[in-house]
Formats: sequence, structure tokens, C-alpha cells
Amino acid sequence: MLTVLACGPLATVQDRGRHGWASIGVTTSGAADRSAADLANRLVGNDPAAAVLEATAGGLRVRAERTLLVALTGAPAAARVDGRAAPFNAPLTLAAGQVLELGMPPVGLRTYLAVRGGVGVPAVLGSRSTDTLSGLGPAPLRAGDRLPVGTLAAAEPNVDVAPVRPPSTRPVLQVLPGPRHDWFEPAAWTALTTQEWTVTPDSNRVGLRLSGPRLTRARADELPSEGLVPGAMQVPPDGAPVLFLTDHPVTGGYPVLAVVASADLSAAAQLRPGDLVTFRPAR
Amino acid sequence: MLPYGDRALLVEVADLAAVAAVRGALERAPLPGQRDVVPAARTVLVVLDRRPTDLDVAALRRLDAPPPAADEATRTVELPVVFDGPDLAEVAALVGRSVPALVAALTTLELTVAFGGFAPGFGYLTGLPEDLHVPRRATPRTRVPAGAVGLAGEFAGAYPRESPGGWQLVGRTDAVLFDVDRDPPALLAPGSRVRFREVG
Repeated sequence: MLTVLACGPLATVQDRGRHGWASIGVTTSGAADRSAADLANRLVGNDPAAAVLEATAGGLRVRAERTLLVALTGAPAAARVDGRAAPFNAPLTLAAGQVLELGMPPVGLRTYLAVRGGVGVPAVLGSRSTDTLSGLGPAPLRAGDRLPVGTLAAAEPNVDVAPVRPPSTRPVLQVLPGPRHDWFEPAAWTALTTQEWTVTPDSNRVGLRLSGPRLTRARADELPSEGLVPGAMQVPPDGAPVLFLTDHPVTGGYPVLAVVASADLSAAAQLRPGDLVTFRPAR
Repeated sequence: MLPYGDRALLVEVADLAAVAAVRGALERAPLPGQRDVVPAARTVLVVLDRRPTDLDVAALRRLDAPPPAADEATRTVELPVVFDGPDLAEVAALVGRSVPALVAALTTLELTVAFGGFAPGFGYLTGLPEDLHVPRRATPRTRVPAGAVGLAGEFAGAYPRESPGGWQLVGRTDAVLFDVDRDPPALLAPGSRVRFREVG
């Protein structure tokens, strides 16, 4: 059992998401930075399907109610256990009653806390993830929540520390032409892949809103809504692109100019308002 | 067939019948590593857990010519509807009928769930004759109650939960449209047939 004492701006339970329900309007959801969540599970020897906690911009404080093996990954928020500095990207044992606390990460946005056995809240449609768009899954964490620990532990972990680079504040993300790139002037693709873009404050798990040069369409007609994927860069009539993340709607009615390579979605999920990002055509 | 990033392909088709055929075929015989199929108005998105290959493109091309989908197991859902929506009189005027004649027309139709996507459990119902097509409201409502039954263009639909919306509301249903603890969770899944039954 883990007791939540404070949760910062937003902390949720996340796993690898809900698959196979998009046709009835349920998006995948799941950890926004999949690589960091997967690493956290590996460090404590969990089944990859185990649920972890996703803390947004630090501020999470939890108390172990029994001895627990945990690991922190993702945005490198200063972590303290009963006031003493705790390691990142490494397994860490909390004794019963000890309090783990995250500060504000100096870079990146989302920090993951895995606990050996996984966070054992009930699954909804096969996943323990909080879908912030449709409200499926457990509610976002609140102070006072008591989280059961599950049984999704596999072999004993045998890694002391994972050498992982912290998230970049100026990442270069690989993009592929989107299904509707021909709905735009050729200059739009050039602008997207040569200019610098700023992440705006109205960004969240659904998507990043970016500001930069206006992306101009070549056709003005209306696109019938069609399916979306994480990484899709949809351009609404105002010309400012939205880069969809894990809680994206299952369909959208604006043309998708480009799609971020799946390998770079984790880096995209660590961008925070004010960060600069560039896009390069994938090789 | 359009590439869509490195984990998906977007199949473009001519009409909703072809959307249904492609969706049905992919549900019966999924591609290797198929994670999700997202039918929409003129497309079917196929999401894989791996990079799509030429073999996938070839397999999907073969689906482009819709096979006879008659053997698809369909279920008919009867939705009890109270026809007292705030836009009922306006819709009746728009289609040039009396309210009772409009209700009679709506309750004799067999509709089909073409696709979802707006919210969990929302189904875009097709099968409205052209003379029952009405435009969306000029100003969307900020709050449409759960269960509201509406019309917009070639579609009818029922809101699974309270949300904003611009459809013309003709009635309401107390049917549970979405329940995560039910199998299947969505009452109106793509391919389902739907009839409105008037209740008092």
C-alpha cells in the first residue's frame, strides 16, 4: 500500500494503455513517455504491463505503508526520501513509513514512479490508465488516496542503475509526411521541418499546441473526420499545429500534415510549455 | 492507401458501405500485430504494433473491393426514445412535416452504426433518407444531456454522456449507451442496426 500525500499539478496511474477499443471511441491512453515508464518497470522487475504513477511537473509525495521496491525515471525531479537525496533511474527500497518526495524537474515534464508489483487499482477495459480526455480509468490522484500494490512482479531485478540521458529541452524529432500533407502548400512542410517551434501553455496529455510560422493549406474544403494516431500533427484553420500525445481523440476533422516517428514520442511527451522543438524529416 | 506514420496505414474508400466492408474484413481476419481499427466516414485507419510492410499494403488493397458483407453477424438494437427534444418542432418544420409525421418517419427506419469517435460509446447512425437531413445548429449547445437523441446532416446519434454538441435534438433515451462493466461496453458498435421505438 502506498499513500498519496501530495500530487503536484497532475499525477495519474498509467500503464501501456487500452488497445482495440478505438472503434467505439476509446483512445489508447497510457504513459505519455512510454520509454520512461517501461524502464521504471524494468528497474523493479515488473511485468511490462504493470501500472506506474505519472507525475506532471513534480510535486508528488507518497508514503510507503510497508517495505516497497520502487524506481524513478523520466523527468529528473530531485527526489528525497525522508529528506535525503534519493537516486534516479535506479531501484530504491522504501521502508514502511518512509516518505518519497519529488521536486520540480529542471528539465522534462513527466516523472514515473514504479513500485514492484505494480499499482494495483482496478483495470477498466483492460487498462489501469487514466484517460484525461474521456475520464475512463482511475480518477487523477488526490492527497489521501491509498493505492494498493499489485502482483505483476516478474523476476528479481538485476540492474543497479540505468544510464539514461535526461530529456532535452530542445529536442529534434523525426517526422514522416502525414496522410494529408498534400492538403498543404509545399512551404508548410518546409516551414515545419526547418523552423523552431514553441510549446504553448495549453498543452497536456491530449496534445502539444505549438506556435511558430503559420502553416498554409492548399485546399480549403472540409475533411471528413478520420482516425488519429499519437504523433499526428493536425493543423486547424488557425494554422497552428497540434501534436497529439497519448490521450488524443480517436478521430479528428483537420488534415494531418506530419506524423512524429514512434521512437520520438517519448521525447515529445517530456516537452513543457516554453520549450523549443524542431522537426526533421525521418531518414 | 495512405502511409500514416510508422505504425499505421489509412485505407481510403468510396463510401460508408466500403468502410463497413473493410472494417468487417479486418475484424474477422486481423493483420499480424493489428492493434486497432478506426472506421470513419471515408477511411479506415489500421494501427499496428510494428512498422507496416508492403505485404500489409497488398493485403489491404485486396480489401478495397468490398466483398459481400451480408454474412456479417449483426445485431439490432431497439432504442426507446421519448420524442420531446428541444429542436423537434424546428426539425419538423425544416423537413416540412408535422411532428407526429416526423416521429413516425424516424421510428420506421432501420439505421446502422457506421462509426464512432466523438466520445466512448457514441455511434454515427446512417440510413436517414435525404429528406430527413438537417443542418447542425448554427450555435452548438454548451451542454447536451446524456441520452439526448439528435440529427445532423446524414447522421443520427445518441449522446452517451453530457457534453457540448451542435446536433438538432429530437428526443432522449434512457438506454445505457456505454458501460465499461458490460460486454460489449458500447450498445452502438460499428455494424449494429438500430431502431428508434417511441415511448411515452
